[in-house]
Amino acid sequence: MSSLNTEPNLADPDDFYAELLEMLDDKDVKQSREIHARLILLLSNHIGDREILSEAMKIAAKAAG
Amino acid sequence: MNKIFETPLYPYVRSADQDETQPVRRPVVIIGAGPIGLAAAIDLAQQDVPVVVLDDNDKVSNGSRAICFAKRPLEILDRLGCGDVMVEKGVTWSVGKVFGGDSPIYGFDLLPEAGYKRPAFINLQQYYLEEYLVARVRALQAEGKDIDLRGGNRVVAIGSHTEHVTLEIETPDGPYILEAEWLIAGDGAGSPTRRMLGIDFVGRVFEDNFLIADVIMEADFPTERWFWFDPPFNRGQSALLHKQPDNVWRIDLQLGWDIDREAEKKPENVIPRLKAMLGEDAKFELEWVSIYTFQCRRMESFRHGRVLFAGDAAHQVSPFGARGANSGFEDVDNLVWKLKLVIDGLAPESLLDSYNSERTYGADENILNSTRATDFITPKSDASKALRDAVLGLAKEYDFAKSMVNSGRLARPCTYDGSVLNGADTDLPRRTRPGSTAADAPFGDGWLIDKLGGGFQLLAIDVEVPDALEVDGIAISALKLAAKGAPELAERYLGDAKGAVYLMRPDQVVAARWTEYDEAAVVAAVNTATGRAK
Repeated sequence: MSSLNTEPNLADPDDFYAELLEMLDDKDVKQSREIHARLILLLSNHIGDREILSEAMKIAAKAAG
Repeated sequence: MNKIFETPLYPYVRSADQDETQPVRRPVVIIGAGPIGLAAAIDLAQQDVPVVVLDDNDKVSNGSRAICFAKRPLEILDRLGCGDVMVEKGVTWSVGKVFGGDSPIYGFDLLPEAGYKRPAFINLQQYYLEEYLVARVRALQAEGKDIDLRGGNRVVAIGSHTEHVTLEIETPDGPYILEAEWLIAGDGAGSPTRRMLGIDFVGRVFEDNFLIADVIMEADFPTERWFWFDPPFNRGQSALLHKQPDNVWRIDLQLGWDIDREAEKKPENVIPRLKAMLGEDAKFELEWVSIYTFQCRRMESFRHGRVLFAGDAAHQVSPFGARGANSGFEDVDNLVWKLKLVIDGLAPESLLDSYNSERTYGADENILNSTRATDFITPKSDASKALRDAVLGLAKEYDFAKSMVNSGRLARPCTYDGSVLNGADTDLPRRTRPGSTAADAPFGDGWLIDKLGGGFQLLAIDVEVPDALEVDGIAISALKLAAKGAPELAERYLGDAKGAVYLMRPDQVVAARWTEYDEAAVVAAVNTATGRAK
């Protein structure tokens, strides 16, 4: 059974985070939401594993409380 | 208006039953002479079960209503003697195109492989279908079948008993009482039968309105299903275009929830909307306009003692996917052979509970698909709209997102996986596993599907089986085929196996299958498929 990797996996986390912020520079709430939606769809398709995606969705929804 | 709407096809005629001092008891009475009630009546009459159909009206439906008829219902209508006339008159199509704004997003072909008698879909106005069904009833009557279509008969009260059902009927000549051993309710979404028996019908209401317009015009759009998300002529909403016979075009425009429904139906408001879509100079004539909302719901059980519910009376879905009338025909197909066996005393009444379990399974599949399509077409929140728009945006460039675009997943027959009637299975192609509707294939100069149905059959491919068999009163005939020179048959029924034996139900559904013939196994499977297994 596959499971979501929640251990550190990105080589340079600060650099990645900066790129995420950059992507949303000058964008309003609506545009940001659209960008997020497209990003989720692209990454989900790339991952392709429904179990992993479901696990990620559960954690994300729980964290949002 | 087309005059077919206005001509009484089965005007009220006084029945001898009305002159009896004691109520007459009939084996089967059907309430509703719509497509489902008439189909059930024809199926019963073809199997020599006397049947009475009651309807308070005497005409075909007003307006085109259900227009998309899928391959499986056409196969069922073939068995009922109406398939050819439907396909000859109907507009055949299999390709759909989806647009976002004014640019195409993607296209799909619903029947990409060859080797089937019937097309993926035809479009035909419901009133033609009803006219053909009534003509078929008349032809059966001429052959001497006991099928009685009573217009102007309104059922006003129903009494449900252990051995029968009592019906109080109002007619232009006054009331009378009729009894039925079995009652089929095919009286539509607002089913008075359901209401009179006090049975709940709960589900999800979708807060949206759709303008539906049939226009007559000469136009050169291709014979395809076209669906628009957010088109320039209906911003922020959706639109759907279908071609029907007689140069009639069906246009569906999503309007949203907060509208004045009566005002929107007026020609002075409808025509500008249509001109925005078809062009200022387009010449067209309005044939029919309606506004609809919809619900996705089903009855908890389709069987209530001796009352059996079928079609919209039992379940409702959104129109996206053409799963309404189409699934009603599957109800009839599933129900009638079971009822015939029960009436003949060859199967226990509990066989009818499998009508409930199999068709509620089918209804759930349809409700799931149509709910998902509706949630995509009408997002419930800003966040779900952002996701939907993201899919549409990405789909223009990236294939993965095309598969998520949901403008309605179009009707396909359901497979009764896990049905109590399913028997043995073995290593043969998945598409023809027990519970599946028979896959058609070319057969000699004709089609396999035309050789199936009407009774239990052994479909034997390159395996020796007896010509006929009888299992406690149930006759089983054999259909012996060779795979040589029949590649579609081999692919759909054999796969890598050298030979196969399929036990087919009277509704052309696979009951069980083996790679060798074993009489004891066949007997066991027949008993399982008829609810007689101990």
